[in-house]
Amino acid sequence: MNDSSSTKMKGSSHSMRIWRDRVFVAGFVMAVLIGVAGLFALMFDVLLDGLPFLDFDFLTSYSSWEPHKAGILGPLGGTLWIVALTALFTIPIGVGTAIYLEEFASKSRLNRLIELNIANLAGVPSVIYGLLGLAMFVQFLFNGSRNVTAGALTMTLLVLPIVVIASQEAIRAVPSSYRDAAYAMGANRWQVVKSVVLPQAMPGMMSGIILALSRAIGESAPILIISSLVVVAFIPTSPDSAFTVLPLQIFTWIGHQNPDFRGIAAAAIVVLLVVLLSMNGVAIWIRSKYQTRPDQ
Amino acid sequence: MTNTLTEASTEQLERVARRRRRQHNEQKLVTVLLVAAALISILTTVGVVVLLVSQSIGFFEEVSIWNFLTGTEWAPHVSPQHSGVLELVSGTLLVAAIAGIVSLTLGLGAAIFLSEYAPERLRRILKPILEVLAGIPTVVYGYFALTFVTPIFQSIFGPDQVSVFNALSAGIVMGLMIMPMVSTLSEDAMVAVPRSLRDAAYALGATRFEVATKVVMPAALSGIVASFILGLSRAIGETMIVKIAAGATPNLTLNPLESIQAMTAYIVQISGGEAAQGSIEYKTIFAVGLLLFLMTLGMNIIGRLVISRFRQKYE
Repeated sequence: MNDSSSTKMKGSSHSMRIWRDRVFVAGFVMAVLIGVAGLFALMFDVLLDGLPFLDFDFLTSYSSWEPHKAGILGPLGGTLWIVALTALFTIPIGVGTAIYLEEFASKSRLNRLIELNIANLAGVPSVIYGLLGLAMFVQFLFNGSRNVTAGALTMTLLVLPIVVIASQEAIRAVPSSYRDAAYAMGANRWQVVKSVVLPQAMPGMMSGIILALSRAIGESAPILIISSLVVVAFIPTSPDSAFTVLPLQIFTWIGHQNPDFRGIAAAAIVVLLVVLLSMNGVAIWIRSKYQTRPDQ
Repeated sequence: MTNTLTEASTEQLERVARRRRRQHNEQKLVTVLLVAAALISILTTVGVVVLLVSQSIGFFEEVSIWNFLTGTEWAPHVSPQHSGVLELVSGTLLVAAIAGIVSLTLGLGAAIFLSEYAPERLRRILKPILEVLAGIPTVVYGYFALTFVTPIFQSIFGPDQVSVFNALSAGIVMGLMIMPMVSTLSEDAMVAVPRSLRDAAYALGATRFEVATKVVMPAALSGIVASFILGLSRAIGETMIVKIAAGATPNLTLNPLESIQAMTAYIVQISGGEAAQGSIEYKTIFAVGLLLFLMTLGMNIIGRLVISRFRQKYE
């Protein structure tokens, strides 16, 4: 063995370098562990505070000035309305934009501009969307009515970039040989998209849509600007009803003078997290179930 | 007989031609609809810019841009009125700086561990767990900061030293929220560094730490820097955590234990309240919103430029 080809680097001995390696590995592991510990601390904190208030009545009664009687039926109904309407607006617009960009558009300046614009929109703070929704939908479109449709339209603009980007990726993942085969049989562009690309890209799009909708459920800053309702003792009955949503109700309860309301805020957080984590779980499941399909 | 045959085939041909036309028209209609969908994103941006600029103009007629940007007292609702936004900007930047330190340290450490050290099976378990952090609503983080993190600091430093609402708790919790974003983007950049570069360093006898810090990190630097800039931009635009846990006191301070007010928290405070439309107070939220929009937009553009300009190409 040739000792002169030794691995020493300048200024530090071999054992020193090994030692430094180990110390830093410990540091990197710590970084991961702190992240995981933070997650568990958060879950633990919320469960500990919230579980005593969590029962069936909590889900089926309206807000109240007494913490033990208060429930989340009003905001739960509002959140359902927001999700349903947001899905209704977001899916056609988002998927349509993605289809246009991937399958119809030539790589022109305009289309690069649209793509760049979508990337920028994804980084616009949610409060700004709230201001836009207040001016454009509440004041201009609905004449000052702070209704659930205005909220959903605002959420649509907010989550649109997520749906567009996820759908683009799903469309891009469809092998071009599939399209070529359809074109070779005389199909036109829209027929190829409708009967070949969309069915193949569906699972990827679905998981993107679910993630976008879960963002819409959890987001509260724009709704705080749009709704500005503190107590809602009703479920919205039509698209022009006033409304509140679960995160906004949580925010209101956190800020309540009576500290007992923090407990029901935590209970509402538990409900919110169960909904969101199961949605994320479904999205991940869809993705992993269908991911390998084109290779079969 | 030949006659009926030709008649039949002309009829068939016509039917085919009709179907073709219908399909062609359908495609034309769909194309129009798709273009309309794609234009909505452009209209959204135009809407944001027009709204923020037009509403701010009214404000800047009453307060000069110079006074707005350099004034150190923020009290637009009382007279004599002071509209110096620095107190809000400093609050935002203080929280964002703390979040940046936390998320860069944790996120980069996690990225190095996941890309350079962790076996594939462990990586597959850890990554989704960390990504759960990114999916938790911000209002929940606000609750966590206020009811869990702040009491810890109060018991360490004493309750008279630590305000119930403070920048430190908000910043730390926000850092936890942004960590998965920093770690995912950094890890993606590190995984893209070719195996051969690592192998070459290992062949020279380098330790894993040396490979990670002297070979992989420099090669992935653009991605790491970009992840950090994009993370900071997230922190600047974040609303609910600072609204719940950092306070509503405009405050030009570097002390993270004091109550502050961030730009976003100010916007939701005024817009959710009773400020009359057209009043100077109402106009301030658009001026603050415009500044916030420009700050985050600038950072996002820089972040993407860093990725595309300085990306190392290995082929």
